Amino acid sequence: MILDSKIPEGPLAEKWDKHKFNVKLVNPANKRKYDIIVVGTGLAGASAAATLGELGYNVKAFCFQDSPRRAHSIAAQGGINAAKNYQNDGDSIFRLFYDTIKGGDYRAREANVYRLAQVSVNIIDQCVAQGVPFAREYGGLLANRSFGGAQVSRTFYARGQTGQQLLLGAYSALNRQIAYGKVKMYPRTEMLDLVMVDGKARGIVVRNLITGKIESHSAHAVVLATGGYGNVFFLSTNAMGSNATAAWRAHKKGALFANPCFTQIHPTCIPVSGEYQSKLTLMSESLRNDGRVWVPKTVEIAQRLRKGEIRVSDIKEEDRDYYLERKYPAFGNLVPRDVASRNAKLMCDEGRGVGASGLAVFLDFADAIKREGQPAIAAKYGNLFEMYEKITDENPYENPMRIYPAVHYTMGGLWVDYNLMTNIPGLYATGECNFSDHGANRLGASALMQGLADGYFVIPYTIGDYLAQNPTTKVTTDHPAFKEAEQAVIAKNNQLLSINGTRTVDDFHKQLGHIMWDYCGMARNAEGLQFAKGEIRKLREEFWRDVKVVGVNEELNITLEKANRVADFLELGELMVEDALQRNESCGGHFREEYQTPENEALRDDENYAYVAAWEFTGVGNEPVLHKEELKFENVKLTQRSYK
Amino acid sequence: MDLTLKVWRQKNRESAGSMVTYPIKGISPDMSFLEMLDVLNEDLLRAGQDPIAFDHDCREGICGMCSLYINGRPHGPERGTTTCQLHMRHFNDGDTITIEPWRAAAFPVHKDLVVDRSAFDRIQQAGGYVSVNTGGVPDANAIPIGKSIADKAFDAATCIGCGACVAACKNASAMLFVSAKVSQLAMLPQGKVEAKTRVENMVAQMDVEGFGACSNTGACAAECPVGISLENIAIMNREYLSAKATSEHVA
Repeated sequence: MILDSKIPEGPLAEKWDKHKFNVKLVNPANKRKYDIIVVGTGLAGASAAATLGELGYNVKAFCFQDSPRRAHSIAAQGGINAAKNYQNDGDSIFRLFYDTIKGGDYRAREANVYRLAQVSVNIIDQCVAQGVPFAREYGGLLANRSFGGAQVSRTFYARGQTGQQLLLGAYSALNRQIAYGKVKMYPRTEMLDLVMVDGKARGIVVRNLITGKIESHSAHAVVLATGGYGNVFFLSTNAMGSNATAAWRAHKKGALFANPCFTQIHPTCIPVSGEYQSKLTLMSESLRNDGRVWVPKTVEIAQRLRKGEIRVSDIKEEDRDYYLERKYPAFGNLVPRDVASRNAKLMCDEGRGVGASGLAVFLDFADAIKREGQPAIAAKYGNLFEMYEKITDENPYENPMRIYPAVHYTMGGLWVDYNLMTNIPGLYATGECNFSDHGANRLGASALMQGLADGYFVIPYTIGDYLAQNPTTKVTTDHPAFKEAEQAVIAKNNQLLSINGTRTVDDFHKQLGHIMWDYCGMARNAEGLQFAKGEIRKLREEFWRDVKVVGVNEELNITLEKANRVADFLELGELMVEDALQRNESCGGHFREEYQTPENEALRDDENYAYVAAWEFTGVGNEPVLHKEELKFENVKLTQRSYK
Repeated sequence: MDLTLKVWRQKNRESAGSMVTYPIKGISPDMSFLEMLDVLNEDLLRAGQDPIAFDHDCREGICGMCSLYINGRPHGPERGTTTCQLHMRHFNDGDTITIEPWRAAAFPVHKDLVVDRSAFDRIQQAGGYVSVNTGGVPDANAIPIGKSIADKAFDAATCIGCGACVAACKNASAMLFVSAKVSQLAMLPQGKVEAKTRVENMVAQMDVEGFGACSNTGACAAECPVGISLENIAIMNREYLSAKATSEHVA
């Protein structure tokens, strides 16, 4: 198999414009002859569905939530980057491109990232035109702030609820098209299979989550915008329903899955408090602008603190280790996410962690409160402090917050070319669902940017190129391929319902999560990964022998929904481990303990691993086949990332 | 903590429901309310019984998917909190807790505690947007907006669409929800152009969906988890009256 990235020729800055001119167009009168399916209605899906509807295509949009407004993009807090240079501080499209490539540890595709930086500018204009209430200066112009990994202020924000406001903007554009009848919306509907006819994506099989009815929908092209797969770890900052099923089942139909091991671990989350815990809550990265991260200087002091023999206030200044400021004087507490996360783990591994479990470090605002006064700090971070107190029952104005890294965003996903098309003709993947723009690590405020870039400004151009070259003939859902896929979905559901074992779905999911976190989490090594591979395989086999799913298909069945998702996570987990095992280097969110500098920094191997690892499915339990897309860097020089 | 839960169980939209009592033991005060229900559901599953269906997703208080009428109040006893952000430390050992779905004719029950809130989407589809296509828009700084207006519009825009306002209202009115969108867009220059038709269409749709009239008692705002202000209803009323008085839109 040849992976053709279809990157346009020519200088970096001209590729997208040239490509837009070269793609084939669909005559406006012909657009209504094409049907497009969009799965997922977060930033990438809602913006794509709305825009494709505006263009004149017939769109069917699907989401498993009760309304497109619930998609997990809504939970993003911090902001969205755009190279507007409104602050006149030296920002440019090239600088945003450069920061993103560097921040991703040089494992992203140059052409895609440059295009992302280019269209970032249009995104802000678009959202403002929709009535998204971004933060403003007194003079009425848009305000900006800075974010980890960047030295310019290019982040646009709407308090700590930027994702919410951007999603509601896309949701409103979507609603307008629903009202016009150009988009037909299917909420509480989950995609369970992809249907291929003559080697092309021609539709999907879904389960109506209220009635349990298995239905088919046909189209000329299918766009997956289903988000990331961080919930493979059970505990993560993702919404409970976020899952990999649509993408994974497309993978099983032949779509390559790229860089699955690149998982972003966010450094500032509220630590785990007990086995019952269902999810982790992130505290915005912006807190690190004022909070100082520290642990006790010695293991002995940390132990006494954990046992409750001393209080935080008893620890003298000279007995505190502000380790980020000590090790990275230039960036201090604002080092990028992967660096901050790894160092918190190192401290806890040394036995200097805090909190009952010892798996936490302090994020301390005492100095900032002394310097600026409590009201000033409350004005900046009040809602986050309240949220922390609600969850932990501790007052962060009096005691330092306890934080620990948690699984946040997955940089891997379905392999796509420059047009965002997977290797299956007619199947597209956008937003977090694809792999293309973040490399091995995602910088803050760039996930929202990619979701909207793909949905508003990339896919509407590139999908036309495919449609124009493919006949408008409709395939109906009577086609045998649909019947066959429906039968397979029904058989799988029946199998899950008939096992009637002893262990619950959550029980399996939690065990999978522990294996993934312990062996394929913040740090990995070959031995641990080999072990995990065997463990996941055993767990998967046990799942299909001993899982307990009650009820029937023909009703709202929350256990059956979860069982389908966990079945897929079990297979995906194995692939993540496999991917981590073959990548004998450390980069971004992938830290192999065997490959580090003497100062415990990630040691990349550009000679041998500057490629995208795209995996081909060969059957459950079979070894997947690795395909490589070489990454060429013609515009940036690969250097060791340093934030010292 | 050991608790007694009285939970509304209803097989589907067509069948009648009833309260069922479940004792539950060993609940940690650090659990969220939904984690407590997760624990109960695991027990039910192991016993081969159908777990309780309830809506939830982000569990961070922002997606608006969680609901639950707890001890007679939407989202439970804490002010300014969604059910997913309510923790068990606000209850006492030995408590009996009553859990019901949102109660409103316009929110029919799908199953147990899950209700159908699609009426909210249809109200938004009636006009809760600015009619602008992708691309071809002016530069974002071309239309300055005063900070105080931007902030006020933002306050209205933070509505999470959970439906607590409807559940809290004795008339099951959707005025707070609808007014939040109407006033957000009416305040901003981008939304002003079609403000008249927007408010007329959204109010008309609200009536079609079967929500009741506003009774001016303010229970909606008192129970709103994100503090949407009653002022929005006043703004909507003003927008509506002036639209009707000068309407080009005869409906």
